[in-house]
Amino acid sequence: MNGGRPIGEVVLDVQNISLSFGGVRALSDISFDVREHEVRAIIGPNGAGKSSMLNCINGVYTPQEGAIMFRGRTFRHMNSRQVAEMGVARTFQNLSLFQGMSVLDNLMTGRNLRMRCNLFQQAIRWGAAEREEIRHREFVEHIIDFLEIQAHRKTPVGQLPYGLQKRVDLGRALAMEPQVLLLDEPMAGMNVEEKQDMSRFILDVNDEFGATIVLIEHDMGVVMDISDRVVVLDYGRKIGDGTPDEVRQDENVIRAYLGVEH
Amino acid sequence: MDTPNTTFPRLLMAHARARPQAPAVREKDLGIWQTWGWADVAREVREIACGLASLGFKPGDNLAVVGANRPHLYMAMVAAQSLRGVPVPLYQDAIAGEMVFMLDDASVEFVIAEDQEQVDKLLECRALRQDGAPPLRHIVYDDPKGLRHYAHEGLLGYDALRALGRTYDEAHPGFFDAAVASGEPGDVGVILYTSGTTGRPKGVCQTHASFIAAGRGGVETDRLGPGDNIMSYLPMAWVGDHLFSVAQWLVGGFTLNCPESSETVTSDMREIGPSYYFGPPRTFEGLLTAVSIRMEDAARPKRWLYAKFMALARRVGADLLNGHPVALGDRLLYALGDLVIYGPLRNVLGMSRIRVAYTAGAAIGPDLFRFYRSIGVNLKQFYGQTETCAYVCLQQDGKVKLQTVGAAAPGMELRIAADGEVLVRGVSVLKGYHRRPDATAEVLDAEGYFHTGDAGVLDAEGHLRIIDRAKDVGRLNGGALFAPNYIENKLKFFPQIKEAVCFGHGRDEVCAFINIDSEAVGNWAERRGLPYGGYVDLATKADVLDLVADCIGQVNADLAAEHGMADTQISRFLVLHKELDPDDDELTRTRKVRRGFIAEKYAVLVDALYARRPEQYIETQVKFEDGRTGLVHATLKIVDAKRFPAVRAAA
Repeated sequence: MNGGRPIGEVVLDVQNISLSFGGVRALSDISFDVREHEVRAIIGPNGAGKSSMLNCINGVYTPQEGAIMFRGRTFRHMNSRQVAEMGVARTFQNLSLFQGMSVLDNLMTGRNLRMRCNLFQQAIRWGAAEREEIRHREFVEHIIDFLEIQAHRKTPVGQLPYGLQKRVDLGRALAMEPQVLLLDEPMAGMNVEEKQDMSRFILDVNDEFGATIVLIEHDMGVVMDISDRVVVLDYGRKIGDGTPDEVRQDENVIRAYLGVEH
Repeated sequence: MDTPNTTFPRLLMAHARARPQAPAVREKDLGIWQTWGWADVAREVREIACGLASLGFKPGDNLAVVGANRPHLYMAMVAAQSLRGVPVPLYQDAIAGEMVFMLDDASVEFVIAEDQEQVDKLLECRALRQDGAPPLRHIVYDDPKGLRHYAHEGLLGYDALRALGRTYDEAHPGFFDAAVASGEPGDVGVILYTSGTTGRPKGVCQTHASFIAAGRGGVETDRLGPGDNIMSYLPMAWVGDHLFSVAQWLVGGFTLNCPESSETVTSDMREIGPSYYFGPPRTFEGLLTAVSIRMEDAARPKRWLYAKFMALARRVGADLLNGHPVALGDRLLYALGDLVIYGPLRNVLGMSRIRVAYTAGAAIGPDLFRFYRSIGVNLKQFYGQTETCAYVCLQQDGKVKLQTVGAAAPGMELRIAADGEVLVRGVSVLKGYHRRPDATAEVLDAEGYFHTGDAGVLDAEGHLRIIDRAKDVGRLNGGALFAPNYIENKLKFFPQIKEAVCFGHGRDEVCAFINIDSEAVGNWAERRGLPYGGYVDLATKADVLDLVADCIGQVNADLAAEHGMADTQISRFLVLHKELDPDDDELTRTRKVRRGFIAEKYAVLVDALYARRPEQYIETQVKFEDGRTGLVHATLKIVDAKRFPAVRAAA
């Protein structure tokens, strides 16, 4: 799958993560790693802990046990800003775009962390602030071109159809120039054609932007087609890990997805 | 312009010398309009040509051009011509199976493609090509996105091609200039494929001389030149685009503007404000439909104002444009209307600066035509086909008649054959079909007349009026002449009706299939609080059938009032359960209905119409864009239309 980029070192290593909310154990003792430039999928039935896993990596949840190693540095407690600064961006299962703002402005918010001018400079938009904005706008325009949303540049996001909003969400994450991109169900609620487009964009992001991709997805077909390796979760436990072919033949996975034969 | 013995590359070089800095081409890229001066274009063409030469492109070779209207693709066409090669633009939405036919037919070894989508298709074509056909050796792509890791042989990026060209140019100084100088006006300058309404597509070979003559005729008639702007957004493979965006561009020296993407044409047009515009009737129809929908949603006072002023425009607008006398009071009112309605409306349509707009390709509804002229858009018609560089007739300013396509263009002669077919002779007539002497012999007679296949009549002033395709014109059993397109076009003027197919030849009466416009009718249904789920559901709603019946009633009233047309009023109709689609072969790529194919495919429905059954069940296989197929089924009601007694014109 991976076009031509060599899959590299381990960039993200999840070590023995356990997470519980009160008495509910959302994740228990999960370990897996993500290598540079690969497309890594996390799959599992509803309530398997996929989104919790992503939220741990993203710094939204702090796991009670275990650690996450990012490029050789081990973290036990992180907040989401730190994670973002380290080059990890994400999209959301339930879109969390600024509905009233234009596509362009939404994408520009993705550049926020990289802006150096202070609020006052930006408010009068003169000199350094203007030059900076032009630079960032150019980057954002590349993303607009890449995602083929030129026709919607000035459209308020709330007026766009769902599939396009998902694309804008991806664009905003891309605007951060992430090294690792976390995608939470990028294809949920899409029709076949939109899914195909999205798959193509994900592969192109992986290829053109060189981003490592961790994605959660329900649609097994899509996952198997675009991922290099797949982790399977069920009831907060890891029940499988490997290439799509290995996972497809794994007894535990078949049982979790298809039920046990009696 | 004063040297008649010239070629397109030489015209380009002349512009580059005369006005090197003047804008030749613009394209919106990354949200900003980028401009190429004539000298820039000349340099780039030189690099591409030398690049192609270094890959082994020889005089007489064909270069297929596949993609949307990108400046690089237009330049590549001129580059191929510079080497005495022939560009072959192909419809970019054709599927591989269709495209491979033309690639084989034109023995194409070199292709320039827009992007990954087209490259993928061409690679598929490589595999599909028959034994014996030359291989698709070189595929040059413009947009590298997604193509970085393609390791296929002969795949080359546009910038890499230019780099090759620069090296080749340095190593062979004078090569390019000599190649351009060696070109003859009688050389084939382009091969354009016909849309294939009848059988397989045929490659039409047009010389530089023909297209330059056709371009010059248009440029001189409308006094086009530097400073004028045109929007290039129609398929490059269509003869009209080649006439306007290549021939007239290079003859006239105006500025070509390429939109950012096919979806942004409307907003890009507003930004550029072209002074010269062309579009097939359906584009104008689409724009008007969009305006009508927004008007219906507007507040009551606005609707009232719009209705008032549009009535005034209908009364005097066209006369003002034609320079006929108009009462002072109406003139003043029209000026007020221009301030509050027509001006803003033209602005929304992107037509504020239009001096000349053209339409062709199919007959335009008189009401639609009148609408644009009445709000001050100088919309005119021309007539022509691929075989005549789209240049046979054009309407002159001040002599625009609604029903005709104008008088013979400069350099053209018209004649009407005994059976009503329009025959044409003159500068723009084709050299021949590519590798089809048999087909050429069928359309070109001994006197050099090209048989257009259209039925028409000449009026007292020599203006041509096209009735229909000669072969489509039939007769009802009662003896009345039946012109299906004529009726269909009347139907399609209603924004609610997207397509119509009429039957009647060899029958007692006329029956019709209707396709509703899902946008217009959907909007109408929403406003009335009518719930519906998808196209099929909407198309079978009783209210929608009533709506369509009203439209048909009006057309029948119209037909009843026209001499000789009263018998061809529509008796019964049904609304089809699926939209007619080129992917299902029901429409051509230029979206003309393929009546015969449709009659065969939906024979059950035709039979039901003539058997006067109340309804009919139908099941149809449809092809989706991704190549999969599915089944659509519905029970369609057959509705009787209101008919009118023939109105006898008072003697």
